[in-house]
Amino acid sequence: MEASPNMSVTQKAHSAQRNQEIPEATRLRLFKLQVEIRYCEKRAYDLFLQNLVKGTSHLALGQEAVAAGFAAAMNPDDYTFCTYRGHHHTLARGAPMLSVLGELMGRQCGLMKGKGGSMHLTSVAHGVMGSYAIVGAHLPIAAGAAWSAQYRGTKQVACAFFGDGATNIGAFHEALNLAAVWKLPVVFCCENNMYMEYTPISAVTAVKHPAADRAASYGLERQVIDGNDADVVYSAARDAFAKARSGGGPSLIECLTYRHSGHSRADPAKYRPKEELEEWLKRDPVTLYRNRLLASGVAEGTLAKIESEAMAKLDQATEAAKASPTPAPESAMTDVWADGGNAWRN
Amino acid sequence: MAQLSYRDAVAAGIAQEMKRDERVVLFGEDTAAAGGVFKTTVGLFEEFGPRRVKDTPISELAILGAAMGAAMTGLRPVAEIMFSDFLACCWDYVANEIAKTRYMSDGQITLPLVIRTANGAGSRFGAQHSQSVENWAMAIPGIKVVAPSSPADAKGLLAAAIRDPDPVLFFEHKSLLANKGEVPDGEHVEPLGKARVLRTGADATIIALAAMVPRAEKAAEALAADGIKVTVIDVRCLVPLDAKTILAESARTGRVFTVEENPRLCGWGAEIASIIQEEAFSSLKGPIIRITTPHVPLPSADQLEDAVVPTVARIVGEVKRALSRAA
Repeated sequence: MEASPNMSVTQKAHSAQRNQEIPEATRLRLFKLQVEIRYCEKRAYDLFLQNLVKGTSHLALGQEAVAAGFAAAMNPDDYTFCTYRGHHHTLARGAPMLSVLGELMGRQCGLMKGKGGSMHLTSVAHGVMGSYAIVGAHLPIAAGAAWSAQYRGTKQVACAFFGDGATNIGAFHEALNLAAVWKLPVVFCCENNMYMEYTPISAVTAVKHPAADRAASYGLERQVIDGNDADVVYSAARDAFAKARSGGGPSLIECLTYRHSGHSRADPAKYRPKEELEEWLKRDPVTLYRNRLLASGVAEGTLAKIESEAMAKLDQATEAAKASPTPAPESAMTDVWADGGNAWRN
Repeated sequence: MAQLSYRDAVAAGIAQEMKRDERVVLFGEDTAAAGGVFKTTVGLFEEFGPRRVKDTPISELAILGAAMGAAMTGLRPVAEIMFSDFLACCWDYVANEIAKTRYMSDGQITLPLVIRTANGAGSRFGAQHSQSVENWAMAIPGIKVVAPSSPADAKGLLAAAIRDPDPVLFFEHKSLLANKGEVPDGEHVEPLGKARVLRTGADATIIALAAMVPRAEKAAEALAADGIKVTVIDVRCLVPLDAKTILAESARTGRVFTVEENPRLCGWGAEIASIIQEEAFSSLKGPIIRITTPHVPLPSADQLEDAVVPTVARIVGEVKRALSRAA
């Protein structure tokens, strides 16, 4: 693959060395996760075109390697905090396609039974502690979860995923500082897809690398990696998690990636140069990874089987979600409070 | 019964819960080593140590975000926002994150946390350090709102707030901090959602909160000297609201006054007045009168601040005027 011009030479060397260390089972898992996310995100788009997905949705097509790489590096009891672009991370942690698609479609089978929607996917059972739709808000929350893990001595790590746009909001800086001062077991993962919504991040940011170039301000290592290479992402995530787990404090990793679609369903992304999009499509993480596995000797049949199984699983989930009832209107009145109700007076 | 100041009662409430529950942690700006800028957390750092009592940077987003992340993963954080005015800096966490995450997650996430903050006028700090913002909080579904008026309640309601499984915004009133009062010995917990009837009188019902409660009581004494007997209710919790007690005590006199430190528009008394007129209209003998800070930012000079925040004299005057109009 062509490395991004933004990638440092040392990072490339680092990744090449690490690729050889990843066991095949893990690499097949990385492939499977990326394929499942790719298929499921495409399906979400189709369902939106069929008017079965309402509201908005922010697809992560093109950013699958980040989700796969991090999820594969996590322990089951680690915490994931996502943004409104969080389908990929939720799926990568193991939330069923049925529950994710069901939530997008506002069905009873949805992860939150229609109460949260696409931007708030949450599956505590899978360590997904919420998807947050106010840019940057979840970074301090992840720091808090990390503090709790540190306090309880559980060796859990919290991970916050966020876009490049979040690096210019105060919560990003407050979270990094607090995490560094309290030496918290938290990993901050910036998915730099080059655009904060519709505007190039470079047009509104004082430094070239919106996350990594700020790392030094908080005494953290500057890390810029190829976010379209699942092996690179996995290796970097694994190291950051190991550091956090052993009491070494937080890490900040900037993953260079690109979203294949617009910011949200309403955005055709006409602001992006055609050549730029084409260049990144050539570096599609799923294709890249498939070719690498083939080159490393994995049989075509093995990969095709993973793909057909993912598609079968997705088709089944889609049909089941379509068949799932809509939530009862009364459920809009539940779970404001821990007692399950909404009473604010007697 | 021990005599405690309101500020010492706050610390006593936190200490009681920290002793009882290892999950309770306390943090904020100057909260630990300095004992709080209002001295409401004195001794806790020494007693419970740096692991459980922590100083934070001036980072209101990080404070409330950390409280939220800790609460959803098994701790019972007590976070301090130094002045309630600063809640505006981190209102996203109150209004969008903490209050809504339980609901949005369909009950998967529970947030047992307390946000303590110094609220209200009386210190002549001007418009950015003196506000009463309890009405901001009660406008948000998903957060409980508590504002004690006495040392006993400062301890007991704070203990209940820490034990509560839902997020609570706990307003400690700056002008009450030095007030002393009886606080029950031993474990003291006051349930949330119960108003307290402080005195009863057949002529009028005055409904007050926090620093307005002692003023309402003094006004009641002055009115009694003139033969006007009033009931005084300390609302104590805006959410959950003890509407039953408020309705019953309002219906008994038919003349209702709210005394609110918050600025006029959408103050908490407006909701209470709305409830009373909807549910006890036939027992009213006259309009419900809201005695509030007018709709202005708070000025700094003592004469100016005193001119806008409801005073004993203003309460007495408003009650007399309204009752004489009706007579």
